[in-house]
Amino acid sequence: MFAYAGKILHVNLTTGEMKNEPLSEQMAKDYIGGIGLGIRLLFDNSKPGTDAYDPENPIIYLTGPLSGTMGPTGGNSYAVVSKSPATGGIGNAEAHGFFGPDLKRAGYDAIVIIGKAPKLSYLWVDDDKVEIRNAEYLKYATVKETDDKIRAELGDFYIRVSAIGEAGEKMCRFAAIINDEFRAIGRSGMGGVMGSKNLKAVAVRGTHDVNVANLEGFKEFVKLIYERMKGPSTKKYKTLGTPENVLVLNSLSALATRNWTNATFEGADKVSGEYFNEHYVKKIVGCATCGMRCDHIGVVPEGPYKGSTSRLEFECLWSMGPLCGIDRLDAIIEAMRIVNEYGMDGISIGVVVAFAMDLYEHGIITKEQTEGIDLKFGNAEALIAIIHKIGKREGWLGNALAEGVARAADIIGGDAYKYACHIKGLELPGYDLRTLKTAALGFSVSFRGACHLRNGAYSPDVKGKVNRFKIEKGRGKMITEESYMYNIIDSLIVCKFSRGTYYDGWKDLTNYYTLATGIPITPEEMIKDGDRIENLARIFNIREGKGTRKYDDVPYKIKHFPVPDEGPAKGVCVNDEEMAVGLDDYYASRGWTVDGIPTVERLQQVGLGDLAYIAEDAMKAAAEAKPEVAPEAKAQGGN
Amino acid sequence: MVRPQDRKFVTADPEKCIGCCVCEYACSMVNEKTFNPTKSRIRAMRMGPLINMAITCRHCEDPACVAACPRDALSQEDDSGIIRVDENACNGCGWCISACQFGAMNMHPDKKIVFTCNSCTDNDTKEPQCVKWCPEEALTYVTAETLAQKYRQKAVKNLFQAAEAKSK
Repeated sequence: MFAYAGKILHVNLTTGEMKNEPLSEQMAKDYIGGIGLGIRLLFDNSKPGTDAYDPENPIIYLTGPLSGTMGPTGGNSYAVVSKSPATGGIGNAEAHGFFGPDLKRAGYDAIVIIGKAPKLSYLWVDDDKVEIRNAEYLKYATVKETDDKIRAELGDFYIRVSAIGEAGEKMCRFAAIINDEFRAIGRSGMGGVMGSKNLKAVAVRGTHDVNVANLEGFKEFVKLIYERMKGPSTKKYKTLGTPENVLVLNSLSALATRNWTNATFEGADKVSGEYFNEHYVKKIVGCATCGMRCDHIGVVPEGPYKGSTSRLEFECLWSMGPLCGIDRLDAIIEAMRIVNEYGMDGISIGVVVAFAMDLYEHGIITKEQTEGIDLKFGNAEALIAIIHKIGKREGWLGNALAEGVARAADIIGGDAYKYACHIKGLELPGYDLRTLKTAALGFSVSFRGACHLRNGAYSPDVKGKVNRFKIEKGRGKMITEESYMYNIIDSLIVCKFSRGTYYDGWKDLTNYYTLATGIPITPEEMIKDGDRIENLARIFNIREGKGTRKYDDVPYKIKHFPVPDEGPAKGVCVNDEEMAVGLDDYYASRGWTVDGIPTVERLQQVGLGDLAYIAEDAMKAAAEAKPEVAPEAKAQGGN
Repeated sequence: MVRPQDRKFVTADPEKCIGCCVCEYACSMVNEKTFNPTKSRIRAMRMGPLINMAITCRHCEDPACVAACPRDALSQEDDSGIIRVDENACNGCGWCISACQFGAMNMHPDKKIVFTCNSCTDNDTKEPQCVKWCPEEALTYVTAETLAQKYRQKAVKNLFQAAEAKSK
């Protein structure tokens, strides 16, 4: 095989056993690589009902078919898939930077890790030589310290490290795995799974060649993409960067502020992309083999956080800025730096802090419980202080919040759940779902919980292609079709920022794939792969009891707290009736039942007929559950 | 005979270089027909988000690598300044690697002999492939004289900008 390594490594951390398994060409073509291959391997290598933190839950590192080539963005990537400790369903995330290509050059399409090391360890993958090494000297080390110390210990500057910080070791449910200082396997708590396995890091050195099937053709194709990257389709990322979204969303009343209390932020000008670039950005850097550069490195020039340096993207700027009512970029940069040190998801952490601030403002938690932190919206010092507590799981509140908003609400009790903004246990990303309702539907059906990157459903709303204040028929099809593309993007593992450079869409992507791998594939086949991956993820979630209709919902606050801000969005929120319309439409477009279960026929169409028994069991359970619902509904109606 | 100040070599502008390694991949693709940075004649150093630079052979006058070689395996071409490696004479002892202050000599992982920049210019652009592919236009193929001129111009501009800012 070309471009693929053709090999899957299995590691058991409990016993130290390792074995290689070949990757078949059929598996490669059906699941591409990245999250597609990862979800299949997770399914095949786990038992139903295994807890995310059980040693038997596999955590899977994956490369994509393009990793290790000079394909722009595809060349520099890797992905991690496991059962998510946040959602109990599929957990997945992808990261770019410099780690992925070395993993490919070391010779692996995937590493499936199970078990639990007897003491804190790291996995050292030196081409074909793989070793579980002591990491006790790295206990609670930051991600960057871990990276530096492992490279020093092994004596090679070019070793690449993908590591967790203290938050991961302490099994924070939104802990991230981070490579190259600030490139994160961010969402869905993959860092916590690493921590549960006593696995501090994966260090890799790959020196083997990566060969593509058609070198001349591949060279011409990637040259074209590099050229396109200099053009308009990537301009945003190279100029203001994603923080450009701050003012765009603010003008649409879609900039969630103070934990989805408001939809506009009065301090937006002070945390805008424009302001960030003018006052803080020192250099814009990028990943390996990429023709864009998008990493806006902010440095605080003065004040209490002088010298603090961090990359900052819109999502994290928003979550620790407007969502917490904070308009101080110096504090946001410092907060981001600390979050990366602890190794936490920069989206979830902001939502968690904003949730705690909301509870504090409403008197649901007290100053005694915050241990003296004045956790008011807008208090930048409080943001920094509480991040430290969460990162260390310090005190009652820090410990509760490290569980994520859904579980923290249970621990805190009372009305706390009303302020917990998550879907399936994963905190919402940076869009106000009350005023972007295609996004509300799209995020609710995402297989990894609240996520803007499973189907990009915010896009038609933000671009004005639909009436964003309502959910109506037709949105389901839109979301379904976009999901194919997003699944393939994460399986090829090309960067989502590059999606505008594939002018010919599926034709470009299939061409890219075939030139690299030599495996012929048509756009129809690739779309079917995207569909297969979505159905498989859904079936996994159903197998784990988290995949049916009742889990596809938006948070309480999105449904019960209308936008108070003056303007076109005043009074808007999402209601159950329109959600029902949207879900019916979406399930119909996927060929799923009204309970959101893929039909047997549908599974057969996408080549997953062997998993039909899971769908059938779920359908039976749904049918049995229904009569119980009816009298209850009647009783409520009678009241 | 080319005057020493007119010899060209590849250099990275530290303000533009982001350490993206595209040069490494282009180099191995063209010279080794594969993708493998460990077989690249130019290497990017990424010491942190703000400190990045790619480095390769600067075709020094009186090169230390040539002087260091105990087996006379290295020689410098007169016109281009390129360091040529006699693959039969080199035994991979690495003295040249110790001698080079830029880390521009590399050990080839398969051949187990040293290799370095060969200024792989092509007929289209007359520039090495790394320069051609660099997405940041951070790499240039320059003579010592043009490089010196560039930095002199920059120094003067900076001086006058500073003076102007002061007078405001």
